[in-house]
Amino acid sequence: MKVLVGVKRVVDAYVKIRVRGDGSGVDTANAKMSMNPFDEVALEAAVRLQESGVVTEVLAVSVGPASAHEQLRTALAMGATRALHVAADPALEPLAVAHTLQGICDREAPDLVLLGKQAIDDDCNQTGQMLAALQGWAQATSVSGLELDAGGASVTREIDGGLEHLALRLPAVVSVDLRLNDPRHPKLPDIMKAKRAQIETLTLEELGVDPEPRLSVLEVTEPPRREPGVRVSTVGELVERLRNEAGVLS
Amino acid sequence: MSVLIFAEQNGGQLAAASRSAVTCGLELAETVDVLITGADCKPVAAEAAALRGVGRVLVAEADHLGAALAENVAPIIQREAQGYLYVLAGANSNGKNIMPRVAAGLGVQQISDIVSVIDGETFIRPIYAGNALARVRSVDSTRVITVRPTAFEPATGTDGSAAIEAVDPGADSGLVEHQGFQLSGGSGPELGSADIVISGGRGVGSAENFALVTRLAERLNAAVGASRAAVDAGYVPNDYQVGQTGKVVAPALYLAVGISGAIQHMAGMRDSRVIAAINNDPEAPIFEVADYGLVQDLMSALEELEGILATTSSPLGKSA
Ligand SMILES: Cc1cc2nc3c(=O)[nH]c(=O)nc-3n(C[C@H](O)[C@H](O)[C@H](O)COP(=O)(O)OP(=O)(O)OC[C@H]3O[C@@H](n4cnc5c(N)ncnc54)[C@H](O)[C@@H]3O)c2cc1C
Repeated sequence: MKVLVGVKRVVDAYVKIRVRGDGSGVDTANAKMSMNPFDEVALEAAVRLQESGVVTEVLAVSVGPASAHEQLRTALAMGATRALHVAADPALEPLAVAHTLQGICDREAPDLVLLGKQAIDDDCNQTGQMLAALQGWAQATSVSGLELDAGGASVTREIDGGLEHLALRLPAVVSVDLRLNDPRHPKLPDIMKAKRAQIETLTLEELGVDPEPRLSVLEVTEPPRREPGVRVSTVGELVERLRNEAGVLS
Repeated sequence: MSVLIFAEQNGGQLAAASRSAVTCGLELAETVDVLITGADCKPVAAEAAALRGVGRVLVAEADHLGAALAENVAPIIQREAQGYLYVLAGANSNGKNIMPRVAAGLGVQQISDIVSVIDGETFIRPIYAGNALARVRSVDSTRVITVRPTAFEPATGTDGSAAIEAVDPGADSGLVEHQGFQLSGGSGPELGSADIVISGGRGVGSAENFALVTRLAERLNAAVGASRAAVDAGYVPNDYQVGQTGKVVAPALYLAVGISGAIQHMAGMRDSRVIAAINNDPEAPIFEVADYGLVQDLMSALEELEGILATTSSPLGKSA
């Protein structure tokens, strides 16, 4: 079976981002960039399925700036069989990314598409569901358990009240949550090998995708700051203040 | 015919997130219509019909809609969306799962997790784990939006009398088989809408110790939350997680116990009215957002808290 994995280049999860003073956006110029953590989990899941023999090919795809080659090389070092880059700069909205992936699915005919449930920059949580809609495929989001065989995929989803178990017909789109696995750190020889590997390319034109955004970002601002708080010295003082000063305890 | 709300039920009641979506919808139009899908919708349809500002309630009822599978529900919303300018749902797990499928079906770019309405085409939504707020304008003819429940008061009212109409529930897609829920249950108030939330982190140390957090919550009629580290360590189930990738809460009081205050955790609680934190590390980042910070070992603090509250208070909501 063949799995397609989406890989997005994002500002690293542990970077404290800076909002530009003129409201034009977030300053990413010198920020450390990484593979979206959820996509790392998706890739790890695909590679494990490959190691267990269920999957024979893992195609990592990134839709984004040329610098996303870096994340695709990480994907190859982690064990992806092939890497494909679709140039898109500025970044596409989720619907356009879904259209791009649709075009790739038409060419590559994967049995399963594994994506992160959200990207930690725009926090949209849309692309997987949109791709499933465009393809008319089954979907599962926020997946923390996954088993795959020729008959289909069995998944566990994290939902508001706990967990949900589903059996999906293939092909399907699965978007993963962090608890699915702990992604490996690629080994040095694999990193070196990935540096020389070929990265395939396709263009939005070849895939027939309209990159025009539907949402324009008018302004990006910092959230309101909280007033500085106080240190209390005892539990008694804490309770007293929560009761009489803040009025949030009876 | 301008706003359609996809509403859902939670234990036979209209979900609080759906009530928040109604409130948001009423900022866009004078009345809103509500669409409910499920295996048994009557009590919830009646509840929705009684809300202030609801014009019509559309009900798609069939056995195959019981589990709210996106493959079955999205086509119904998409069909009923014809003629509406806005289609809204709460940004909870069903809204997040289903609405992008609707948006792609309609060929529009969804606007996720909005926290405010500026005008009919402009909205504010958090990005980067809430460390920035983006003001976005949408040019789509139908705007599919998910609404952050904590940013809009749940709609109320019991004297409305909207018409309830049945709509075609469609057929099962055959793409997915629902194999069951494994719900964590719990008797306390809902995490998303409780007045007080007490959350424990990795510092709590074990599932046994976490029982102290739970006991304190019971005493205060509070909901129990957790950091991702506490969930990953197995102290509590996944649905307790607060944060960028868990639940977003904004209670009157959020008490963080043994939580360091990572960006991803703060994304889920920074809009709480009052934040209190107990941590033995005076440098913990949680103190930067806490209105009240106590540097102390959490075990002794929890025991003292319980002692003080046992002698001097009755649970919130049950007292005079
Ligand atoms: C993509 C992504 C998404 C994420 N999403 C979320 C999310 O939704 N929610 C979330 O919470 N996290 C999330 N995280 C994880 C987050 O980055 C932190 O790792 C996590 O929040 C840490 O949890 P913690 O504060 O419980 O643990 P730690 O950071 O380990 O902090 C434990 C704290 O307990 C204190 N402590 C220890 N012992 C005691 C004691 N005896 N008495 C008092 N204090 C004590 C310590 O001083 C410390 O401050 C995410 C991470 C990533 C990469």
